Amino acid sequence: MSAAALTDSFLERAPLVLRDWVVNFLPAPLQWLGHHLITIVAVLAVFGTFFAFTTIAERKLLARLQNRLGPNRSGLPWIKGLTLFGLSQPFADAIKTLTKEDIVPAAADKCLHFLAPVIVVAFSLMTFAVLPFGRHLIPVELDAALLYFFAAGAATELAIFMAGWSSRNKYSLLAAMRALAQLISYELPLILSVVPIVLVTSTLSSQGIVLAQGGWTFGFLPHWFVFTPWGFPAFIIFLVAALAESNRSPFDLPEAESELIAGHLTEYSGFKYALFFMAEYFGLTALSGLGVTLFLGGWQAPIAALQFIPSYAWFMLKLIGMLVFFIWIRGTLLRLRIDQLTRLAWQFLVPLALLNVGNAAFWILTSSWTGPLQLIRWAISLAIIVIPFILLGRTLTAGYAPRTYRYAP
Amino acid sequence: MLGSGIINGLIVTAKNFAGSYHDPERMVTVEYPEQKTVLPENYRNFPFLITENATDPMGTLRCVACQICEKECPPQCIIIEKSKDKKPDATGKLQLYPAIFGIDTSVCMSCQICVEVCPFDAIKMDKVFEITTTDRFQDLFLDRERLAKPNSYYHEIHPVEAAEVDGRLLAERKAAEEKAKVAAAAKAAAAAAKPVVTPPPATP
Repeated sequence: MSAAALTDSFLERAPLVLRDWVVNFLPAPLQWLGHHLITIVAVLAVFGTFFAFTTIAERKLLARLQNRLGPNRSGLPWIKGLTLFGLSQPFADAIKTLTKEDIVPAAADKCLHFLAPVIVVAFSLMTFAVLPFGRHLIPVELDAALLYFFAAGAATELAIFMAGWSSRNKYSLLAAMRALAQLISYELPLILSVVPIVLVTSTLSSQGIVLAQGGWTFGFLPHWFVFTPWGFPAFIIFLVAALAESNRSPFDLPEAESELIAGHLTEYSGFKYALFFMAEYFGLTALSGLGVTLFLGGWQAPIAALQFIPSYAWFMLKLIGMLVFFIWIRGTLLRLRIDQLTRLAWQFLVPLALLNVGNAAFWILTSSWTGPLQLIRWAISLAIIVIPFILLGRTLTAGYAPRTYRYAP
Repeated sequence: MLGSGIINGLIVTAKNFAGSYHDPERMVTVEYPEQKTVLPENYRNFPFLITENATDPMGTLRCVACQICEKECPPQCIIIEKSKDKKPDATGKLQLYPAIFGIDTSVCMSCQICVEVCPFDAIKMDKVFEITTTDRFQDLFLDRERLAKPNSYYHEIHPVEAAEVDGRLLAERKAAEEKAKVAAAAKAAAAAAKPVVTPPPATP
C-alpha cells in the first residue's frame, strides 16, 4: 500500500487492506502473483455479478418503459410463493443456457467456431484492466491506458468475424461482414471523440485523466469534461459511437432478430451463444466505464461535501447511471437501416468529431484568457460546434423529414 | 433541429416509466394465475350436457340420445349409446336417455355444430378453459357424469342465451300442454257428445 493511501478514510482503503491481508499469507516470492490474481478474481466477480443484474435490470426497465411488468416470478426453487421481484432470474437463465445442447454445424471450422466466443469474452474483459474504479483501485496502471483500451476493444471485432466465417453459413458470413462494416465505421468517431481529452490533459493514462477532472468551482460545480463546450459534444459522439460499438439498439443490426436470423450468431447455441451476450454486456460496461472516466469525472464526487463517500461507490453509481441511460435509449429508439447507420457515422459524427478536435485545440490555446475574455472563449467554443451541428443537421435531413406518405398511382 | 425527435421520444418513455408505478390504467399485463379477466359472454370452448335438476343430474338429462350430434360432429368426437329402457323427461313424457355419452376433448374442435343441431337444447358450449391434466388418455375423455351440468350453471355462463332457450322451451311446453288440453277437451267433448250425437234410436 502506498503512503498516500494511508491518509484516506477506512472505507476508501478497505479493498486494499483486504487484499494486502490475504497476500501476506503467501510466501514472499509468490506475493506479486497473489496480488494480481486477487485483482483478476475481484474484477471477474464484481463485473460478473454486475452483468447478471444488468440483464434483469434491463428487462425490468424496458418493461416499465413500455408499460409492462417485466420478469417478476422467479424466486428460489425450494421455497414456494417467494418471488423476490424476479431478481433470481439471471441465475435461472444461466442454468438454462448451461444445460442447453451445444450444436456445431458439421461443415463448421470447429476450432475457430469454438475460439470465437472465448476470444470475444477475453478481449472485452481485458478492457477492464485499465479502468480506474477508485482512487487506488486500478488493476493495471498503464501510461498508454487509452491506447490499450481501444486496442483490446477493437479486437472483439475480429472475434465477430471469426464467428461468422467459421460457421460456414452464408447468412452468418454476410451478417458478420455487415457487423464489421458497422464496427469499423464507428471505431473512428469513438476514438476521435476521445482525442480532445488527450489533447487537453496531454496524457493517455486513465488515472491521470480522472485526476485532471478533480476540483470544484464554488464547491459544487465539478470540473468534469462533460461540462465544457468541447467535452459535451465529445460525450454525445462518444455515447452514440459506444452504442454502435456494443451492438445495442438502435444500432443492433449485427443481430437484428427481426431482419436477420441472428446474424453472426446464427450457428451458435447454448452457452456459446450466452458468451456472446456476456461479451456484449462486458463491452458495454467497459465502454460506459471509459465514458465515466473520460467525461464524468471518474471516481470523483460531484460535490466537494460528498467526498466522504468512497470513490469506488461514486464510480459504480455513475456506471449504473450510464447503463440506465443506455437501457432507456434501447426502450425508446427504433433500429436504423444499414445505409442510415453508415451515413450517420461518416457524414455526421466524423466531421463533427474532427471539428471538435479543433475546438479542443482552441480551448488549449486560449487557456490564459481570464475575466470577461472567459465568456468570449465559451461563446467561440460553443459556436465552433453548435453552428456546424445545426447546418449539418439541416443539410443531412433535408428531403428526409418530415416524411410525406402517398399512395402508388 | 436534429435530435429533437429523440428527446421527445425519451420524454414519452420516461413518462411511461414513471406512470407505470402510479397509474394502473397504463398497465396492460394481467398476472394470469392470480388475476383473471372476465371472459366475453360469447366465449366457448367445449360442450356440456344440460340437466334440469342439479340434485339428480343423471335422471334429468335433457338429452334423449337421438344421436344427431354424434352424426353431425365433424371430427367425430362424440360417442352415444342409447338406453334400453325409457324414463320420463321434464314434461313427463317417456323418452330414451344416453346410457353412454362421451366427448373426447383432445379431438373436439369447439365448432359448436352439436349445439346448432340439437333439437332438444340438451348440449351447450362451456367456458372452462383450464383443462390441463396429467393423463392424456382418461382425463381428456369426458364421460356423461363429467359432462352433465345443471341449467342454472348455463344461466350463469351465458345468461342471455339461456334466458332465450328457457323462454322458448317454456313456450313449446305450454303450446304442447295447450294442444294436449285441446286434444283432451276435444276427446272429452267427443266422448261427451257421442251419446248426444247418437241418441238411442227409440225410447220405449
